[in-house]
Amino acid sequence: MKPLSEQSKRRVNWLNDGLWPWLCAACVALSLLMLAALLTLLATRGLGHFWPATLEEVTLTSGDIVIGQPVRETPLPLNAGMERLYFTGNRDINGANWRWIAVDDISAQTTPNDLIRLERTPWGDFIGRLVAVESDGQRLTGQAAWDYITTALAQPASQQGSSDLLLITADGHALRQPLSNVSHFQAPNAMSWGQKVTAWGQNVWRFLSEGPRAANTGGGVWPAIFGTVLMVILMSVIVTPFGVLAAIYLNEIAHQNRLTHLVRIGVRNLAGVPSIVYGVFGLGVFVYGIGGSIDNWFFSDELPSPTFGTGGLLWASLTLALLTLPVVIVATEEGLARIPDAQREGAVALGATRLEMLTRVVLPMATPAMLTGVILAVARAAGEVAPLMLVGVAKLAPQMPLDGEFPYLHLERKFMHLGYHLFDTAFHGEDVQAAIPLVYATALLLVLIVLVLNLTAIFLRHYLRRQRGNEC
Amino acid sequence: MLAPLTSAQSSQTPVITFAPEQCCLSINQFHLAYAGKPALRDLTLDVPRHRVTAFIGPSGCGKSTLLRAINRLHDLNESVSHRGYIALEGQDIHAPQMNVTELRRRVGMVFQTPNPFPMSIYENVAFGLRLQRRLPKRKRDDIIEWALTSAALWDEVKDRLHRSAWQLSGGQQQRLVIARTLAVQPDVLLLDEPASALDPISTLKIEELIRNLKSQLTLVLVTHNMQQAARVSDYTAFLQNGELVEFGLTDQVFTNPRLQRTENYITGRMT
Repeated sequence: MKPLSEQSKRRVNWLNDGLWPWLCAACVALSLLMLAALLTLLATRGLGHFWPATLEEVTLTSGDIVIGQPVRETPLPLNAGMERLYFTGNRDINGANWRWIAVDDISAQTTPNDLIRLERTPWGDFIGRLVAVESDGQRLTGQAAWDYITTALAQPASQQGSSDLLLITADGHALRQPLSNVSHFQAPNAMSWGQKVTAWGQNVWRFLSEGPRAANTGGGVWPAIFGTVLMVILMSVIVTPFGVLAAIYLNEIAHQNRLTHLVRIGVRNLAGVPSIVYGVFGLGVFVYGIGGSIDNWFFSDELPSPTFGTGGLLWASLTLALLTLPVVIVATEEGLARIPDAQREGAVALGATRLEMLTRVVLPMATPAMLTGVILAVARAAGEVAPLMLVGVAKLAPQMPLDGEFPYLHLERKFMHLGYHLFDTAFHGEDVQAAIPLVYATALLLVLIVLVLNLTAIFLRHYLRRQRGNEC
Repeated sequence: MLAPLTSAQSSQTPVITFAPEQCCLSINQFHLAYAGKPALRDLTLDVPRHRVTAFIGPSGCGKSTLLRAINRLHDLNESVSHRGYIALEGQDIHAPQMNVTELRRRVGMVFQTPNPFPMSIYENVAFGLRLQRRLPKRKRDDIIEWALTSAALWDEVKDRLHRSAWQLSGGQQQRLVIARTLAVQPDVLLLDEPASALDPISTLKIEELIRNLKSQLTLVLVTHNMQQAARVSDYTAFLQNGELVEFGLTDQVFTNPRLQRTENYITGRMT
């Protein structure tokens, strides 16, 4: 034992004295920073897409006039200045929706208030000017034409009557556009800030509530949201009782010997199996094995076109239930193991049977742990794409899996899924530039849906705890 | 004080027996082993009715094991084997016709650490009642009030019966556990070091409760605390290595033990 004075003179060890908490804090800060950066990127790029952007009228040095929405700038090679991408629309006239313009070639740039943007069904967006509206022989111009279009578009398509828009593009190309093909009309430069916010909200709502258009590079994602949530709910309904009962068997009923230990290790390792492997299993066993047999027995008159023998909602939910089963088992088992034996003995000593002990004392105490397992399972399932590609997800599902037609829930139908929609939009669309903002918006939505599902379960868990007091 | 009918004089057979009408629990040649390792060796002991009997002895001597055997809690553990005979009011508790859950209702047990269930105070006391039969709410309320009063807890909790039992202090929780056990009206109450996790004031309350309860039922108390055994028990059994060393009136065991081993333990000279 050294004298105290000598101890206090010990060399200051910078790692021991003060630095390591900072190291830990730095790791936390870095994680938070990355998370915040991810969410900010998704939110700005994704939500910014819906903002009614200003349209520019650009005169080039060559004399050409271009109207479009500036998207971004990139440097040209060999230090030749910047190049700007414009969304010009008018694919029927120009053959392309996009145009790259070197910034140095621009001689004048204005934002006139009479520029308009139309969303049309066959050809995508039109950007240009409105000359007049012809309706039943009448010709409306100016403010009357604008009012007419606004009121007509607010009505259902059947009551719009036959009217044509006379349009003109930047380079003087005239166009006659039937109003029935127009789904949206906007003059963004003339909008006030309040109107822009309203329009932004409407655009977001249309993204959430409409089906996809133009090979998933336009329109909304409602069927994908619906498919994702329905599949996750079905999966939870399947996996929760299975996992909980399995965990009860492993922890409460089975003899704790080498075999149970092996089973437990096996279950834990199942959680690490790559998800695509589960997809292969689901395809082989559920789709071709069980689904094929069901078709042979019950739907033989429909063969060779498969009913259950092809990917569908049921098989996808089952596959994901299998995938997330270890998560639920492990979480529940940990919850059961945390319950002190004194609780079990207390119940038994009062004359409870084993079942009464389980159902009245042990399971209520383990409910938060079970919910934690389900939360983890939901979070994993909602974001999973790889196995779904094999067992039932579709690029574009013609019908929703839940509708008013008997038997209402169509388990055999293919469905759309946000994760797969994201993948498909990003890699299989024709118009890459149009897909980029939609990818961000879809990714943000996927994150939000997982968040909402998790929060629901967390609040449920919190509520259950509150109901029983302040324990666990 | 009940007078033992016969008191064996031989140091090798420290057996006191009681007349059948005075004897609540009768343990005869009881032998118990954990996975083949004996924990109780041919134990013979009578527990008198409406008295407090204390089991004392060093750690691992088998006193808790014996207590749990009376409640058949060892049934939960497959590695436990036993032979011999334990009778409650003359009935063999291991007999095939004995209903285990009914036995456990008649033989209540209080553990070392308070183990109230994660429910309200009311529901904790009602737990055992609900297991048996449906009672009208009025009747159930009466029993719960009676049980909590018997456990000297009613005045402290009557205004918050529907609050979580886990918000009570340790001593209150232990009394709640006793109330919960009393609510099913047991014949015997087994207490496994009920005050070892409590502060001195709570300990005193529990001890007072034990003394008061013996008019209603038979109590068996396992304790490490010699003073506690001396304060509350009428009879004391000293166990060592799974064997009964000495059993007698508490006064006699503490003031004038027949065996040197007992005296060494009680006076703290045991190694």
